[in-house]
Amino acid sequence: MGEKRSRSFYFLAAFFVAYVLFLYGPMFAIYILSFQGPDGGLTFPMNGTSLVWFGKVFSGGGIVDIGAAFKRSLRLGLVVMILTVVLSVSAGMAFRKSFRGATVLFYTAIASLIMPSIITSLGIALEFRLFDDFMIKHGVEGWTTAMGLFTSGLGAHLTWTLPFGLLIMFAIFNRFDGRLEEAARDLGATPWQTFRHVVLPIILPSVVGIGLFGFTLSWDELARSSQAIGSVNTLPLELQGLTTTVTKPDIYALGTLTSAVSFLVIFSALIVILVLQARQRRHGSDAGKGMV
Amino acid sequence: MMQKRKSFVGVLQAAPMMLVFALFFLLPLAFVTIVSAWDYNEYEMIPAFSLRGYSDTFEGCISGLPDLCTILKTYLKTLKLCLLTWSLTLVIGFTVAYFLAFHVRSKTWQIVLTLLCTIPFWTSNVIRMIAWIPLLGRNGLVNKGLAGAGLIQQPLEWLLFSEFSVVLALVHLFTFFMVVPIFNSMIRIDKRLIEAAYDAGATGWQTLVNIVIPLSKPGIVIGSIFVITIVMGDFVTVGVMGGQQIASAGKIIESRLNALQFPAAAANAVILLGITILIISSLTRIVDIRKEL
Repeated sequence: MGEKRSRSFYFLAAFFVAYVLFLYGPMFAIYILSFQGPDGGLTFPMNGTSLVWFGKVFSGGGIVDIGAAFKRSLRLGLVVMILTVVLSVSAGMAFRKSFRGATVLFYTAIASLIMPSIITSLGIALEFRLFDDFMIKHGVEGWTTAMGLFTSGLGAHLTWTLPFGLLIMFAIFNRFDGRLEEAARDLGATPWQTFRHVVLPIILPSVVGIGLFGFTLSWDELARSSQAIGSVNTLPLELQGLTTTVTKPDIYALGTLTSAVSFLVIFSALIVILVLQARQRRHGSDAGKGMV
Repeated sequence: MMQKRKSFVGVLQAAPMMLVFALFFLLPLAFVTIVSAWDYNEYEMIPAFSLRGYSDTFEGCISGLPDLCTILKTYLKTLKLCLLTWSLTLVIGFTVAYFLAFHVRSKTWQIVLTLLCTIPFWTSNVIRMIAWIPLLGRNGLVNKGLAGAGLIQQPLEWLLFSEFSVVLALVHLFTFFMVVPIFNSMIRIDKRLIEAAYDAGATGWQTLVNIVIPLSKPGIVIGSIFVITIVMGDFVTVGVMGGQQIASAGKIIESRLNALQFPAAAANAVILLGITILIISSLTRIVDIRKEL
């Protein structure tokens, strides 16, 4: 650190600390308030401490069936995560070579990323509604709707997570040494072997990162699902509905639980990434060790 | 021959993702455009050409002059929110990115601090909005603190469920979208350029204005695109933090949808899309996104 820090360093460091406090402060306020005593209200001060409000969430007393929404969001998040990882890695590999439609796919992904969510959501809702109308009109017996968690809802989430996955793949391959692939090929590896034993082990930490984005973005997704989810709600949608009706700290308890899941996923992913990176360093550049 | 086969494999590898976008993004957009020109009544859409969705939207815009009609007022308000959020996220995002890129010297610390900024992005937006209630509400910490210090007699009403709280929440939620691209541009700046500037006698401010800012422009533009498109179409933050009382471009679409007026909702979506594309295309004139990844 030899050099002396300049005055601007201290100013900027203070600014950064203030920003981090601004980021986390309000969140911690509700985590604390969710342990509010039974007679406590929505604001400070704490009126004793208790787990009453968590109990209320689990027993479903007063609020909608949170347990079911919780499980629905969890299942959807896992499916979105898996699909995001597989489709992003696959498409990312495609971008390693030139293929027809590469530019179209790239700009579609960017457009999907920055499209105002309400428009995407409306479009999917319209698409499914028109499809339902068509099916009913053409006399498909007992047809109600194709809209649902794992049809329109899943699609809506993927339009949001896939662009992130693809961009992360671009970032990975921008730093990827293509000579490793060439070397594998020269040694007679098939394209699949090259991928399985050379490319994948190297990019694995970042692939875990894609999974992290896939799950957390889906777990918290709200705007795109809002019109496109059908009759059942995901957890964020239930939460949003509660903001206008609930006057008790159970909403904070629910928020704390939801965040706990997020943090659990984030930290496990980060640990996995760290372990993988440490292993890579230990094994040096001998990434293809698995292949004998 | 080899080249052709490779390209074919590439198409196969990219096909699943393309399919998802085609089914859940491109096709829905096409439906939005088509349905925006359909007729409708109180409870259903009628597949016949009509510009009612548009004419209903602009109702009173000409006859009501010189007063502004609802849609124009709403868009002006949305633009105002957008401009406020954009300038605040830009200043804060730039400063944070600058600190991370130029003042944090060890790589490990850089990663740790960047993660610290990223983690909230992976948690729920709704919860991050609700989190302001105990601070800004009538009996919230801020009001109590100000009253305790004897600065106010009555609690401040404009702290929560107001334009102030909407902008505050938007800045809170989306500054991240500025920090990442700007940081990304900054760490690619050759440090020797900055040293050279100092050696040539430039002050810190001159270096910032003449070297750092121009070279961070791509990141600034990308971050701006993110923030502007999010705020233009936002209806969740405006809804929750505005106490469902503030109108915005996104909220119009939502309320039309709730009234089952699909063509009107679609017409509004087309208008919003047009304006968003206009803003983005003027921004992308400044920078080629693809080169920056």
